[in-house]
Amino acid sequence: MITVENLVKKFGPKAAVNDVSFTVQRGEVLGFLGPNGAGKSTTMRMITGYMPPTSGRVTIGGHDVVEDSIAAKRLVGYLPESAPSYPDMTVEGFLSWTAEMRGLMGNARIDAIRRVSGLCFLDGVLQQSVDTLSKGYRHRTCLAQALIHDPDVLILDEPTDGLDPNQKHEVRQLIKNMGKNKVIVFSTHILEEVEACCSRAIIIDRGQIVANGTPDELKARSDFSGTVTLRVHGVAGETVRTKLSNVAAAGKVTVAGDAAYVNARVFPRNRAISGELANAVARVVASEGWSFDELHTEEGRLDDVFRSITMPDTAKSGA
Amino acid sequence: MNDSLRHVRTIAKRELGGYFNSPVAYVFIVIFLLLNGFFTFKLGYYFERGQASLAEPFFSWHPWLYLFLVPAVGMRLWAEERRSGTLELLLTMPIEPWQAILAKFLASWIFLGIALVLTFPIVITTGYLGSPDYKAIFSQYLGSFLLAGTYLAVTEMMSATTRNQIIAFIISVVVCFGLILCGWEPVTKLMAGWAPESLVDLVKSLSTWHHYAAFQNGGPFLRDALYFVSVIGFSLFSTSVVLRGVRGS
Repeated sequence: MITVENLVKKFGPKAAVNDVSFTVQRGEVLGFLGPNGAGKSTTMRMITGYMPPTSGRVTIGGHDVVEDSIAAKRLVGYLPESAPSYPDMTVEGFLSWTAEMRGLMGNARIDAIRRVSGLCFLDGVLQQSVDTLSKGYRHRTCLAQALIHDPDVLILDEPTDGLDPNQKHEVRQLIKNMGKNKVIVFSTHILEEVEACCSRAIIIDRGQIVANGTPDELKARSDFSGTVTLRVHGVAGETVRTKLSNVAAAGKVTVAGDAAYVNARVFPRNRAISGELANAVARVVASEGWSFDELHTEEGRLDDVFRSITMPDTAKSGA
Repeated sequence: MNDSLRHVRTIAKRELGGYFNSPVAYVFIVIFLLLNGFFTFKLGYYFERGQASLAEPFFSWHPWLYLFLVPAVGMRLWAEERRSGTLELLLTMPIEPWQAILAKFLASWIFLGIALVLTFPIVITTGYLGSPDYKAIFSQYLGSFLLAGTYLAVTEMMSATTRNQIIAFIISVVVCFGLILCGWEPVTKLMAGWAPESLVDLVKSLSTWHHYAAFQNGGPFLRDALYFVSVIGFSLFSTSVVLRGVRGS
């Protein structure tokens, strides 16, 4: 549905987006991750046809966004980063205007306004002018605008920015539900959002794609993926380390803690996640008779992966 | 084509509504009418002249009135869209940029037209006091409307160059003032001292001054109307070039 080929955008000599390629199919929710200034918004602006690329090509539903821009733009609903809207209009007036721009007339327009105001919880403020609304409502007004023509493709630049936790949850549910039969690309720097609603995530850094995979695949790249964490009390740290190091499947063992508790982390010898290492550790705990209150296998955390990928020099030292 | 017209109408309707949704429209119209009255009756000696003509007491002030009032109307056209980020929204709609440029121009021009039409009491007054040449008055109104459109198109282009409405206003006033000045007698005389005659004539023909005057005395000439239309066309085209640059960076 969306094909991005070797996309480059230069501002003067500096490349904000440098040779980015990916495709997104119908039914996929693609999370676009990256530090601030990585080129997320610039990439989205080129996909929506707002910004012409320096080189490379974007097609949406087979239509080139530069050559055949009108046909491509028809398929897309876009929520820009700052969620702009016209402050002098009422919410209903603004939605009505966007519906008309999208070619919806008469009853179709009234139905569309009703549908999106329900989806985005705007029913109570339809008659208010946009400049009297709080940030969250303005944000949802702009989101409603992107949904008004029930587009096949949704490009959402930080869709949950400025929302309270309940609204964030609702918008994530909305994205997840709509993602079943649409193409959704959304950018965020909130990592749990990616786990909550993406079928795939791309991490972009300094204009280039540095990772592309499902959230689980990305998490597996974490240094801590597959490690077993154990918390025991009443045992000396050194004893714990020695005993656990004797486990066949164990690699490195780190131990931290104070007089009351010892936190041990056992790294697997090979990185496949399985219950095997945890079982082996549990047997040690049982045979030594330690009392413990935590024992689990880490799946890996996205923020570790994110940091180790986008800050390669400093991240690995933290734990 | 049908689609294009629909887009132009939709955008223009929103723009025009934007003027009347805020106090801007009413403030502008009141100031425009008050200033017109002041210029016509006080500085133009409308009664003292004892002539059933509007050219001198009424229309001769318009180039100066418009010089400030038209940029005030047009300064927000693109600067505001750029500042608030709605430019991104507007240009990712399934429309061609020229449709938005034309729509914004037409909406503001219609607004200026409404303000101009509201000066009709002066025509009624003149008709009551004497027997004016209504054909001449019509052509004078037409010239005034075209002049307003020309300043407006220049302002629209300047508005696209910045996010700041005040800057758009100031540059527009300066450029429009330049358009008047380059046909103004003292300036052309100064130029005639060193420049060849053909250059002086060229600069003179670029000025709104003589083309506006043609509409005021003796009726419109096609080439004068053509002048206004081509300056408008050029300015709107330049707006599209400026906007392409804005999107690219």
